[in-house]
Amino acid sequence: MINDILEMFSYSFMQRAFIAGLLISLCASLIGVSLVLRRNSMIGDGLSHVGFGAFALASVFGIAPLEFAIPIVIVVSFLILRLNSSNKISGDSMIALISVSALAIGTFVISVTGANTDINSYLFGSIVSINEKDVFVSIVLSLLVLALYIFSYNKIFAITFDEKFARSIGIKTNLYNVIFASLCSIVVVLGMRVMGALLISSLIIFPTLSSMQIFKTFKSVVISSVVISLISFVFGLITSYLEATPTGSTIVLVNLCVFIIFKIISKFILKRS
Amino acid sequence: MSLIELKNVTLGYDKHIVLKHLNINIEDKDFICIVGPNGSGKSTLIKGILGLIKPMKGKVVYNGLKQNFIGYMPQETKVDSNFPASVMEIVLSGTLNSSHSIFYTKENKDTALYNLRLLGIEKLKNKSFCDLSGGQRQKVLLARSLCATSKLLILDEPSNNLDSKSKKELYDTVVGLNKEHGITILMVTHDLDHNNLIGNKVLSLREDDIFFGSIDEFVRRVHND
Repeated sequence: MINDILEMFSYSFMQRAFIAGLLISLCASLIGVSLVLRRNSMIGDGLSHVGFGAFALASVFGIAPLEFAIPIVIVVSFLILRLNSSNKISGDSMIALISVSALAIGTFVISVTGANTDINSYLFGSIVSINEKDVFVSIVLSLLVLALYIFSYNKIFAITFDEKFARSIGIKTNLYNVIFASLCSIVVVLGMRVMGALLISSLIIFPTLSSMQIFKTFKSVVISSVVISLISFVFGLITSYLEATPTGSTIVLVNLCVFIIFKIISKFILKRS
Repeated sequence: MSLIELKNVTLGYDKHIVLKHLNINIEDKDFICIVGPNGSGKSTLIKGILGLIKPMKGKVVYNGLKQNFIGYMPQETKVDSNFPASVMEIVLSGTLNSSHSIFYTKENKDTALYNLRLLGIEKLKNKSFCDLSGGQRQKVLLARSLCATSKLLILDEPSNNLDSKSKKELYDTVVGLNKEHGITILMVTHDLDHNNLIGNKVLSLREDDIFFGSIDEFVRRVHND
């Protein structure tokens, strides 16, 4: 088996998938803690569908997909933030509306123009499609996310726990919301290469939810989420290579197993209701 | 000495006016209860004082107190009952207005511990917020607000969802902070009326009928109506 794993890393596309996927998992878990705890995790899911629509448009019109999709998804994420704070339409339904519309636009343009595009790889990911540019962008992204967490960790906690209070002591919560929405958008667009539009939100949601079953302080949840996310990715990627299973869904299933194990530990060993 | 002066302040959202031409002087060491029916603008007034919304007209003047050094306890913090956070993590976040380094300093930690001790909940410091009772949670949030200020606390219905015993305990604590530690208090309250108000002044908001004065005057007015 060791030889198989060594062989796996001899392929350059596997090396790229490994580096990009690992960094994206790291970022998704960090961004996810704040999104999940603020009950905004559906934003990640909504944005992934917008990413699908943007990728489809880019491929039909022959535009570079990342350069096209990232700004579009960021703009939509700002829109969702605004709608969320205005309270006119409930945030949930608005996100659902945007997400199905984007999905419809994507499939529509692909089939109407008869573009030679593999919808499957957009929906469920395709690690062979990861190129050097993706790797480069993931490195930059993870540096940004890590810097944000290291330099503003305490403020991120304050905003996540109680945004009103955070604003009252002079923390620029709107600025942080915009930064978070932008980083989340980039994570979603990049992560779609590995996980696909339908599965990327799992990287954002699962690690935090699993951690919360066992850990009860913010710091421990953050650390545990990162560890779970990285281990699940590595384990999922290797398994999918060895057993020739689809990468994205294998990673999601590993995450699901971790969640179930943590839930059982919490219920039967720690006796929490 | 006045701590905050509202000079002819009009507050509202977009074009909708909630409170008009307010002239209020909050003196140092005052304990003011803000009463009034739902929708009368109690929370709007607090947002105006905290600078979370800008006055449409007039201005709010702060004397010897920076706006972000007000200890604010929001109404029913929308905290998920599963939110993973230790008491210390929460209370420390109150010091963020005076902390300029990446990590909390020794001074920040001392402030947090001091306030936990002040409210008699030091032994909870390593507990998780989700394992606490309603009364304990409110005290933790009060300790966090105290970390943000040494002068003025603004409490928005702090006793919501508390049983009567915890309610009384919380009010006693707040009275103590005002009397023994000279902290000015501004408290929105629902469950106190003219019979059992605490503090020294009342601000009553009732549509266009705004009253601001001592409790005695307020009680006399209620009886005359």
